Amino acid sequence: MSDVAQSQVSHGHGPGHDGETRRDFLTLTATAVGAVGAICAIWPFVDSLNPAKDTLALSTTDVDLSPIQVGQRLTVAWRGKPVFIDHRPPDEIKAAADVDISTLRDPQTDAQRAQKPEWLIVVGVCTHLGCIPLGQKQGDDRGPFGGWFCPCHGSVYDTSARIRQGPAPLNLEVPAYKFTSDTAITIG
Amino acid sequence: MPVTGTGRTSRIIRWIDYRLPFVATVEHELYEYPTPRNLNYWWNFGSLAGIILVIMIVSGIVLAMHYTPNTTLAFDSVERIMRDVNYGWLLRYIHMNGASMFFVIVYIHIFRGLYYGSYKYPRELLWMLGVVILLLMMATAFMGYVLPWGQMSYWGATVITNLFSAIPVFGQKIVTLLWGGFTVGNPTLNRFFSLHYLLPFVIVAVVGLHLIALHSHGSNNPLGIDSKGPQDSIPFHPYYTIKDMFGLMVFLIIFSIFVFFMPNLLGDPQNYIPANPLQTPPDIAPEWYFRPFYAILRSMTFNVLGIPSKLIGVILMFASILLLFVVPWLDTSRVRSATFRPIYKKIYWLLVLDVVALGYVGARPPVGSTVVIGQIATFYYFFHFLILIPLVGKIERPRPLPTSIGAAVLGSTAVAAGDD
Repeated sequence: MSDVAQSQVSHGHGPGHDGETRRDFLTLTATAVGAVGAICAIWPFVDSLNPAKDTLALSTTDVDLSPIQVGQRLTVAWRGKPVFIDHRPPDEIKAAADVDISTLRDPQTDAQRAQKPEWLIVVGVCTHLGCIPLGQKQGDDRGPFGGWFCPCHGSVYDTSARIRQGPAPLNLEVPAYKFTSDTAITIG
Repeated sequence: MPVTGTGRTSRIIRWIDYRLPFVATVEHELYEYPTPRNLNYWWNFGSLAGIILVIMIVSGIVLAMHYTPNTTLAFDSVERIMRDVNYGWLLRYIHMNGASMFFVIVYIHIFRGLYYGSYKYPRELLWMLGVVILLLMMATAFMGYVLPWGQMSYWGATVITNLFSAIPVFGQKIVTLLWGGFTVGNPTLNRFFSLHYLLPFVIVAVVGLHLIALHSHGSNNPLGIDSKGPQDSIPFHPYYTIKDMFGLMVFLIIFSIFVFFMPNLLGDPQNYIPANPLQTPPDIAPEWYFRPFYAILRSMTFNVLGIPSKLIGVILMFASILLLFVVPWLDTSRVRSATFRPIYKKIYWLLVLDVVALGYVGARPPVGSTVVIGQIATFYYFFHFLILIPLVGKIERPRPLPTSIGAAVLGSTAVAAGDD
């Protein structure tokens, strides 16, 4: 018993400075392994805050486009956010395509934003601070470019939902979507 | 690492410490805090209890972000945690089994205190604060078990809240108040969730007081004699931080075995059936950590002096815990450690056996010989604390104590020391 106590008192140092080096090495490696372990243990706690499986399962939305008339705009919910679907008439398509994109704040051609020119599909959340722009309903203020107008801070979007005036930095986001037939899309 | 440097960091630390002595306090309580040099592994369980408390709070806060305290949604929200939330199964199994681990650790911690007389002068308040923590833990664990809203949740809540109906005259009014209705229901679930979230932080506060009381006179030790000087103690850091770390690693391995390989071993399968207020499960047993007390409650099958058995059972069950508050004054021996108390050492192990027997009885249906065993074990429990402990302190002749911890541990002086 006293031998154990004595060796504890002498700290188990080897002769000379070799003991120090060995102890430093052990401290460093043990700390490194502990740190990796701690990060691995923390990850499940952090990841549990990410969308759960049932939330992800709701992340696609199917829309039947056939009842939407030319010139009509429809709002659908996708991941809890509004998605604007605009069945654009030829004059709106032309107005969107004719813009010189070098004059735009967030330069994109209309062809980059619409898979089929007559259907514009964008997320209806203003890229400034998240309000929903006006323009979907009859009689809404669509702003000077005939697209959408955000009532919160006055951002103006054109018929391709690109930012033209006001504080918003980016065009309305185009969600991932694909045509499952000529008149049906899956968003997400 | 005292703050003696002249660098920028130490100047900033000194500036802060002059106004808010945070670093100085940590240094004082960790680096300089003199700890008896002879603590054995039974002294690991205090810091382990603190760590599992943190694990419970962290996992609980994350679970609360996914849980819904509503009778129509609670069960499904727990199932959603198990199936849909990322690592939800892991968080819930950590929290479920963590409760059991918390009680294992705390029960060992309490029995350590009983063996080595840690409750004696000058640590009576330290001990009593510990009993307060135990009571808060029990309330928290009970209400937490109600939240998944399974059959055992519902009927456990019904049985335990009905204990208060044993109170004469006002019993039923009190129970209605606890329920917020005429049965356990949505109001009950809501208030239990609120309190289950609150009480752990009350526990943290009482743990703070427990630590202040501990650090006033320092840890007791296996010899149960006071430190007489520097030769008897070593700094807490690094000696006991590293020992606590090693104990923590061993504990985490055992904890992980439960969480990953037998997560439902300590639970009741009935609780995976949604609560049904119209059907009681065939047999109801509380979680293992409540069973000794449950056995005491059920052992009263007869009236005493015209007092109904129901009331006496409830009184005895609460008394069995509250009794711990007065143990420092029931024990008449001045010698702390059972190492030097030949008779107390024997009855101590009888008490351990007795509590294990009560736990066994509490898990079994109350019929036949189980009832008799429960009654004998209940009798011994109270006999032990109320009669034997005061008596043994008077009649026992303790063995001679070593002159000092240092002498006993280092063997530098001839000592008539412990039994090793």
